[in-house]
Amino acid sequence: MAYKIKSAECTVCGACEAECPNVAISLKKGTYVIDPAKCTECQGQFDSPQCAAVCPADCCVPA
Amino acid sequence: MSNVVSLDSIFGLGELAPPATMPAAPEAASGCSSSSCGSSDGPADMDPAVWEKVKNHPCYSEEAHHYFARMHVAVAPACNIQCNYCNRKYDCSNESRPGVVSEKLTPDQAIKKILAVAQEIPQLSVIGIAGPGDSLAANGRNTFATFEMLQKKAPDLKLCLSTNGLALPDHVDTIAQYNIDHVTITINMVDPEVGARIYPWIFHKHKRWTGLDAAKILHEQQMLGLEMLTSRGILVKVNSVMIPGINDEHLLEVNKAVKSRGAFLHNIMPLISDAAHGTWFGLNGQRGPTAQELKVVQDACEGGAKLMRHCRQCRADAVGLLGEDRGEEFTADKIEAMGAIDYDDEARRSYRDHVEAERAGRHASKAAAQADVRESIGFTVDPILIAVATKGGERINEHFGHAKEFQIYEVGPGGAKFVGHRRVDQYCEGGSGDVDTLDGVLAAINDCTAVFVAKIGGCPSKSLADAGIEPVDRFAFDYIEESALAYFKDYAERLGQGAVQSRAGQDAVIRTGALTARRA
Repeated sequence: MAYKIKSAECTVCGACEAECPNVAISLKKGTYVIDPAKCTECQGQFDSPQCAAVCPADCCVPA
Repeated sequence: MSNVVSLDSIFGLGELAPPATMPAAPEAASGCSSSSCGSSDGPADMDPAVWEKVKNHPCYSEEAHHYFARMHVAVAPACNIQCNYCNRKYDCSNESRPGVVSEKLTPDQAIKKILAVAQEIPQLSVIGIAGPGDSLAANGRNTFATFEMLQKKAPDLKLCLSTNGLALPDHVDTIAQYNIDHVTITINMVDPEVGARIYPWIFHKHKRWTGLDAAKILHEQQMLGLEMLTSRGILVKVNSVMIPGINDEHLLEVNKAVKSRGAFLHNIMPLISDAAHGTWFGLNGQRGPTAQELKVVQDACEGGAKLMRHCRQCRADAVGLLGEDRGEEFTADKIEAMGAIDYDDEARRSYRDHVEAERAGRHASKAAAQADVRESIGFTVDPILIAVATKGGERINEHFGHAKEFQIYEVGPGGAKFVGHRRVDQYCEGGSGDVDTLDGVLAAINDCTAVFVAKIGGCPSKSLADAGIEPVDRFAFDYIEESALAYFKDYAERLGQGAVQSRAGQDAVIRTGALTARRA
């Protein structure tokens, strides 16, 4: 149960990193990645996964 | 030394001596002293404290934009809303429009770049953060980190930021804390019904909102943020994108709403729309306004919040005077190669002293030229538009073929005033003119009666005359406004004799495509 970032569509804006309540998102080799071990899909925290809600490119999706 | 070279270069062709040897400003025609009429006091209708804040800020003072340069650092790529005129996936160095950048910077890289640019460009007075996303999204972390360092490293530079306003109320205290004196809010509507056609969604309080709900929240946050800033004495400029058929007439309501909340300046900009930009508006055929459509809305708002007409809709990494972009001289690679850069404000200080002296007496000399026109021809002749080739300093000092934009002045018995600019492709590249480019220039200034240049070749000169636009080089290197008034006096006489025809009713094209011309 985790989200992933489709790197081909990512604009590397970092909006997701700032919103993630689990500090699961980081910049690795010029692209943002989600650590599946830390991702909770925001269940029990917010109505919807925060990365997907804020992403301007709609590239945060279920893994 | 490189900074001395660039200081000299803007004085141009020896018409001005460097500051140290410059004579005192000439006595104005009306004989009043520079202490009462000079630029140090600013325009008669402006609070001196406000003038002190804006006199060197190219975006907040039309007069300052002829002398001072700004620089945007692209440290804020994240955004919290989606606008139908924006697509931040596109990243092209040949384009000039808001939201577009070539290199995103970390706050550390930004500081280094600012120090490098400040050494090379003594006209630099303002550092702004305008994206490429929203400067306050992602908690404004990079924006405030950059300003915190900058305040310590280069205290003479003014700080400025631009935002869509959604997160603004949360950050007003921090903005005040860092002495950010100038904030721009993009406000395109004060009615959520209109907003719903511009903003497909916003991200607010951990949730994506759409439709009317989104527009309503955005509107409320914008108005609250505006009120909070103005109540703290922070100058606020409001940017509005004019979208024909969606918010064009509505912008009068926006103007009233922001004026009543204390906005200092209202900047109505034309929508930049092209399918190639990949924006929702571009892909769905939404057009931008023509030059005259834009001017009609701007003129209708006169008398409300003060209008800004000299905006160049800069890239989020623009560098230089408003009409130019020297960003390519300061790429990350080039700055890395410069090594360590120390802070030294001497060149900037001497440039500012020079400008202060240059501007003293200018207000009086403009007033004298205007009085001369009024006395000799009265108010019988309608104002005309004049296109001017200039590279700054309020002077006609650019060759026709080298101009990448023309500044547009409206001149009549009421005086000469800057009313806009038109971007063009440079006509002359490598010594020869290009006919296709000339057609573009003609379309861009088609509503003008004359074009003022420092110099022009025979061929373009003939094409302009054939199109009914008079090429004028007899005012080369003179001041724009005084020359425009002298020309108008002559024009009025010729019009009376039937020697020239009025160009009333002509329109012009606002150029929105990528800039292909290289810097001269």
